[in-house]
Amino acid sequence: MGKRDYSPFGADAKRAVETGLTAAEWYHTEVPRKVMKDLMARSDGPAIRDTVVLYGCMILLAGIGIALWPLGWSAPFWLAYGVLYGSASDSRWHECGHGTAFRTPWMNNSVYQIASFMIMRNPATWRWSHARHHSETYLVGRDPEIAVMRPPELAKVVLNFFGIIDVLRFFPVILRNALSGPTPEEKTFVPESDWGRVQSMAIVHVAIHAAALALAVWMGSILPLMVIGLPRMYGAWHHVMTGLLQHGGLADNVIDHRLNSRTVLMNPISRFIYWNMNYHVEHHMFPMVPYHALPRLHEIIKDDLPPPNRSIADGFREMWPAFRRQLLNEDFFVKRDLPPTAKPYREDFHQYVPGMSRPSAAE
Amino acid sequence: MPWIDACATDDIDEEDLIRFDHGSQTFAVYHSPEGEFFATAGLCTHEEAHLCNGLVIGHLIECPKHNGQFDYRTGEAKRTPACVNLKTFPVKVEAGRVFIEVA
Repeated sequence: MGKRDYSPFGADAKRAVETGLTAAEWYHTEVPRKVMKDLMARSDGPAIRDTVVLYGCMILLAGIGIALWPLGWSAPFWLAYGVLYGSASDSRWHECGHGTAFRTPWMNNSVYQIASFMIMRNPATWRWSHARHHSETYLVGRDPEIAVMRPPELAKVVLNFFGIIDVLRFFPVILRNALSGPTPEEKTFVPESDWGRVQSMAIVHVAIHAAALALAVWMGSILPLMVIGLPRMYGAWHHVMTGLLQHGGLADNVIDHRLNSRTVLMNPISRFIYWNMNYHVEHHMFPMVPYHALPRLHEIIKDDLPPPNRSIADGFREMWPAFRRQLLNEDFFVKRDLPPTAKPYREDFHQYVPGMSRPSAAE
Repeated sequence: MPWIDACATDDIDEEDLIRFDHGSQTFAVYHSPEGEFFATAGLCTHEEAHLCNGLVIGHLIECPKHNGQFDYRTGEAKRTPACVNLKTFPVKVEAGRVFIEVA
């Protein structure tokens, strides 16, 4: 097939709609209703505990960093603060955007707004982009959250470990949002009723960043930017590392999350930062299950899923060579074996859009 | 409009729902925490996912696909990405059966 066209106005997007791929039924593992109800049950307790720990650590680490500033001794505290600001905010944005982290809506909304600011995403825009990501996960031209397009631009992937690409993209868009509302691309997934909100949220974000910048200029020091803004860059590496593993090197244009998403077992610190989104097949199949119930869900449905990667390193050992092969053949993807207990990948559940040739899968 | 026998009252746990199909229409029938019964259209107004796989939280039904929420008593959309209200249907309970007045 020819090169993929990731534009929402492009040929692949149009074809996905015309052929019914966007309206297709996705595969779900069968879970008894009573079990699923128990898994979906909401509570405030786990997220309040984790939020107190997160924000408490951030205040403590930033406080020590400021107290030791500008000594080199402050660096480890900034590095730790940066990961909580520039990476843990990604998972808080995500879970609270789904509305599943807390039972109480205002708690979800408050953490969502704070996390959106830290991770540099317009909260009004990204709520909609993520809805599309779940409806049409990795459908080319339709999913606005495809992290690594094919053929992969590995230099950009590496630069993004320091937030460089994301931040360079964020500021022009947020300024444009503040001046004139959503961009034409954003209007393809944000309903008109929210266009005003896109603009007002952008104005708030621009004002806070401008205030931090003005304070830095007035003080003649980058210290204010070490607290607000820069940690999105020097602390981004963890969320990029874990985020790439979600779908990297796997299939696109399929409607079975077992083919396009990856579950990776991780250490407890990474799971705290990532809020259990390492159970990513489970999350995509059942997005109503809160983060704290995903390990239980994994135990219940794991016999119907490909075996999880055993560690972050194991996930990268699978994903990175796939990226490299996609440099030469962008149709390549990793197709994991299912256990004998699983329902097979049904051909009619991952039909490719007519007009495309079938991608070549790994053995 | 005809009243259609949808289910027995004990077919639905409290604070839960079931799907009920009639002709070409699909409905969601709810059992509230107070023991009352309600009925709405069965598909989310956002992307037409079946609400029967969703979660009832008090008087809200949360769509299983994108977590949009509706008040199932009034059909009012309460949380994005659900923006358009759900259609609701009159319900009556007689002799342990739940009836829906189908439009």
